[in-house]
Amino acid sequence: MANHDDDPGALLALAEQVAGWARDDEGVEVVVGHSRETEVRAYDGEIESFVASESRGVGIRVVQGSRQGFAWAGSHDLDVLRETLAEAQDNARFATEDPHVGLAEPDGVAPVALELHDGRLDSVPTERKLQLALELERCILAGDPRMAGVESADYSDAVSVAAVVSSTGIRALERDSVCSLSAYSLAGDGDETTTGFGFSVARSPEDLDLEACAADAVDRAVRLLGAGRMPTGRLTVVLDPWVTAQLLSVVAEAFSGTEVLRGRSWLADRVGEKVAPEWVTLADRPTDPRWIGAASVDDEGLATRTVPLIEAGRVQGFVHDSYSARATGTTSTGSAVRAGHRSTPSAGVRAVVLDPGAAAPARILAEVGEGLYVSEVQGMHSGVNPVSGDFSTGVEGMVIRDGALAEPVREITIASTLPRMLSGIRAVGDDLTPLPLDAAGVTLAIDDVSVSGS
Amino acid sequence: MIDQDVLERVLGVAARGGADFAEVFVEDKRSSSAVLDDGRVEELTSGRDRGAGIRVVAGESTGFAHTADLSEAGLVAAAAIASEAARAQGSGTREVALDADTAPRPNVVRILPGDVPKARKVELLTRADHAARAQGAAVTQVMARYSDSRRRILVANTDGTLASDDQVRTVFSISCVATGDTGMQTGRETLGHTVGFELFDDHDVEELAARAAQRAVTKLAARPAPSGQMPVVIGAGGGGVMFHEACGHGLEADLVAKGASVFRDRVGEQVASPLVTLVDDGTMGGEWGCFAIDDEGRPAQRNVLIQDGVLVDYMWDGLRARRAGRPSSGNGRRQSYQHLPMVRMTNTYLLGGRGDADSIVADTPSGVYIAHLGGGQVNTATGDFVFGMTEAYLIEDGRITEPLREGNLIGNGPEVLRNIDAVAADFAMGPPGTCGKDGQGVPVGDGVPTLRVHGLTIGGTAA
Repeated sequence: MANHDDDPGALLALAEQVAGWARDDEGVEVVVGHSRETEVRAYDGEIESFVASESRGVGIRVVQGSRQGFAWAGSHDLDVLRETLAEAQDNARFATEDPHVGLAEPDGVAPVALELHDGRLDSVPTERKLQLALELERCILAGDPRMAGVESADYSDAVSVAAVVSSTGIRALERDSVCSLSAYSLAGDGDETTTGFGFSVARSPEDLDLEACAADAVDRAVRLLGAGRMPTGRLTVVLDPWVTAQLLSVVAEAFSGTEVLRGRSWLADRVGEKVAPEWVTLADRPTDPRWIGAASVDDEGLATRTVPLIEAGRVQGFVHDSYSARATGTTSTGSAVRAGHRSTPSAGVRAVVLDPGAAAPARILAEVGEGLYVSEVQGMHSGVNPVSGDFSTGVEGMVIRDGALAEPVREITIASTLPRMLSGIRAVGDDLTPLPLDAAGVTLAIDDVSVSGS
Repeated sequence: MIDQDVLERVLGVAARGGADFAEVFVEDKRSSSAVLDDGRVEELTSGRDRGAGIRVVAGESTGFAHTADLSEAGLVAAAAIASEAARAQGSGTREVALDADTAPRPNVVRILPGDVPKARKVELLTRADHAARAQGAAVTQVMARYSDSRRRILVANTDGTLASDDQVRTVFSISCVATGDTGMQTGRETLGHTVGFELFDDHDVEELAARAAQRAVTKLAARPAPSGQMPVVIGAGGGGVMFHEACGHGLEADLVAKGASVFRDRVGEQVASPLVTLVDDGTMGGEWGCFAIDDEGRPAQRNVLIQDGVLVDYMWDGLRARRAGRPSSGNGRRQSYQHLPMVRMTNTYLLGGRGDADSIVADTPSGVYIAHLGGGQVNTATGDFVFGMTEAYLIEDGRITEPLREGNLIGNGPEVLRNIDAVAADFAMGPPGTCGKDGQGVPVGDGVPTLRVHGLTIGGTAA
C-alpha cells in the first residue's frame, strides 16, 4: 500500500503511474481519490457513536477505438490497480462502437484557483468535534420547553483529494474540506409529536453556526405543533430556501446535456424559448467557493465555468461533459460529474443559483397575502418525474394569511408540472443560502399550485 | 477470508480497556454491470470493494473504524482506532475465543454471475431493447441495465460469534420513454432476486421490457391525477412499499428507543385493522432482502410484527437488543464494511386475506386503483408518509377506467393501518427495492395482496 497517499502530490503521481500503463492503441483515464472522515453523533448527553474513517478509491476508463470500458476498486494497492485496468480493458471489448466515445482533451481553459480546503480543519482536536455534537444537542433541548428530544445531533467532516490523469494529457487535482452540524429534533405536546431539522455547513468548524443550526431545529419542530390539514385548492406557494434548492436540483436535471442527448429532457427543444418570467436568471456557478458544490475542475479534469441556463426567462443552453458535447456538436462546459470513483462521468450541475431578488422573505409573504408556506417536502424523488415534468410532493408548512404565517399544516401535497412552476414564478427572495446540495437555497414564490388536503 | 486466530487477536485489541463488545466485519464484494442506452451498449463496469469495519461498544458509546488493509497489522491498527473512538478506559488486551456457527442458506445459487461470459449479459440488454422498441413508434428511448454482485461477509465478535455468508444478487431493469402530443412519459420495470444468473432461466427480459414500454405508452393518454381524499385500491405485489413506509420504519427498535416512532409503547395494542398481519422475513429464499446471516452474524429470522391488527414486536439489531436484554431479531444490517450496522427491514409483507381482488374493485364506486407504487418516504415520528404512483387508474362505478399521470400519495401510518377495509387472497411479492436510512442503502423486498384503504390523499392536480 502506498503510504501518505493523502498527500496530493503522491496521489497525482499514483494516477500518472497507472495512466502510464496504457497500451499505445488505447486511451486511459484514471481517477484516484482519498478521503478522511469523522462522524460524531451525540445522544442523551453522551457520544453515541464516533466513526473515524479513511477511504481510497480508483476508477479507470479505457477507450479502445470507439468503445469504452470501465472498472473501479476501493484500494490503491498496485496489484489491485493492475487488475482494475485489465478489467476495464476487457470490458471495452463488449461495448457497441460509438464514434463519439472518447476521453476529455485539454481545452486550454485555465481552472479558477479556489481554496476549497481549509487547513484549519486539519488541526481541530477530536475533543472539539465531540463537544460540538454534545453542545448542539444541549442547545436544541434548551431552546424551547416543548422540545421532546433530539433523534440525532451530528458533527461530521471530510477532507477529500482527487486526481484525474489521462493519456490525452489531462492532469488535474482537487482538494477540499467540508464539515457540518446537523440535527433532527422532536417537539411534543400531549400525544402529538412533530419533527424539525437544522444544519450548518462550512469548510472548517470555526465557520459553523451552531446557534443558527439549533434555532432552526427548534423552530421547525415547534411551529408545526397543532398542525392539521387544509382544504384542497389552487394557491400561491412560498418555498423555504431548503425546499427551493431541492426543486432547483430537479429542474437542473433537464439541463443535463446527457439527458438532452438521450431524449429524456422536457427542455430539449426549447433553447431560446421563454420558460420563466423575464426577470428570472438561473446559472450553474461552480467557480464560486461559497457553494458547497464548488470545484475548480470537473470530474474529467477540465476547468469548471459558469454556465448560463436561463437568462431573461429564456433557456440559454445545457451543461455538457466531453461525450455529450461531442455527440451534440458543441464543446464541454466543464460539467462532468460522477458519483465518486465508482461511475463514469455524465453531464450535471454543481452549484445551481437562481439570482436573488430584492425582497426579504417577510415582504414576499406580505405581498402574497394568502397561500401556503412550504417548510419541508417529502417524496421529491418518488413524486417528481424529471422526464415528463410531473411534480407532486408531500409537504409540511404554514398557512399564509393576511400576509403573514398563520397556523401549521401537514399531511397535504402540492402538485403541478415543472414547466408550469417555472412560468409561475412570482418572486425570488434576497436570502441566497449555501446548502449541501447541488443548488443554492432562496425563498421562492410560485403561483397557481394545486394543494391536495382534506 | 481471515484466519480465526488473527480475528481473535484483533478482537482482543479492539475490546481492550473494558469494552462491552467488539466486532470485526469483513466484506469482499465484487460487482459487475452493463448498461444499454439509446440503442448502444454504453459500457461494462466491474467493481471490487474489500475491507473490514471494526466496532467497539463501551457503555453508551460506539467507536467505529474501517480499513481496506486486511493484513493483521492493518486490522490491529483499525481496532486500536475504534477502541480509542469508543473511549473505553484502561489498557491491555483481552482473550477472545470464537466458535464458528453455520446458518442455513435461504437458497442455493445455481449459476455464479462471475462464471457467465460477459457477452451473454450484453445479449440480454439488446434483446430487451428490441422487445421494448417493438411496442411501437411512440417508444422513443430505452435504457436497460444488468447488474450482479457477490458479497462475501464474515462476522466475528466478543460474544464468540464467527459466521459467514455468501450473498449473490442479480438484477435487471429497463426504463422506457414514450413521446406523444402530450409530451413524454416513462415506464420502468425491475426484476431482481438474491440468486445468480439462473434468474434469466426463470424470467423473460423481453416480457419485462414490453411491460415497461407499454406502461410508458399507456401514460401518454393519462389524465392528471385527482386531488383530495378518496378510496384507494392497491394491486397485488404493487404496493408493499406502503407498509414499508407506513409502519415498517416505525417498528425499528432504534427509532422507537429514541421516541421517534408513533408506535412507541404500543406492543400488545390494536394498531391496525384486524385484516392486517405484517411480517418481516429475512429467510424468504431468493427474495431481494434475504440472507443466511445479517451483518452482525445473526441467522435470518421470520418475525411477525403485527398479527390480526395487534402489534406483536419491533425489529431489533444487536445493540438495541443488548440494551433491552433480549435477542436480536436478525435485523442488523449495513451498506458495506464502511458503515455501522443498524435496525433494517428485510422482506416486509402483508399476508393475504380472504377477499377477492375483482370484488374489491367492483365494491368501490369511485376512487383510484394503483397497480404500481414507486419509492416512498416516511417521517416515523409523526407517521406521515408519501409514495409515488408509477401506474395508476381511475375507478369509476366499480370499474378500472382511465390511466392517471404520476403523483404522490400522502397518508398517516397509524390512520391508514386502521382504514384498511378489504384484503384479498392474491398475495404477490413486488419488485426489488433499496431502502435508505441515515445515508445507507440496503436491498429489501416487499409484498402485498390486493387491498383497499378507504381514505388516502392523492396529490394530483385535477379538482
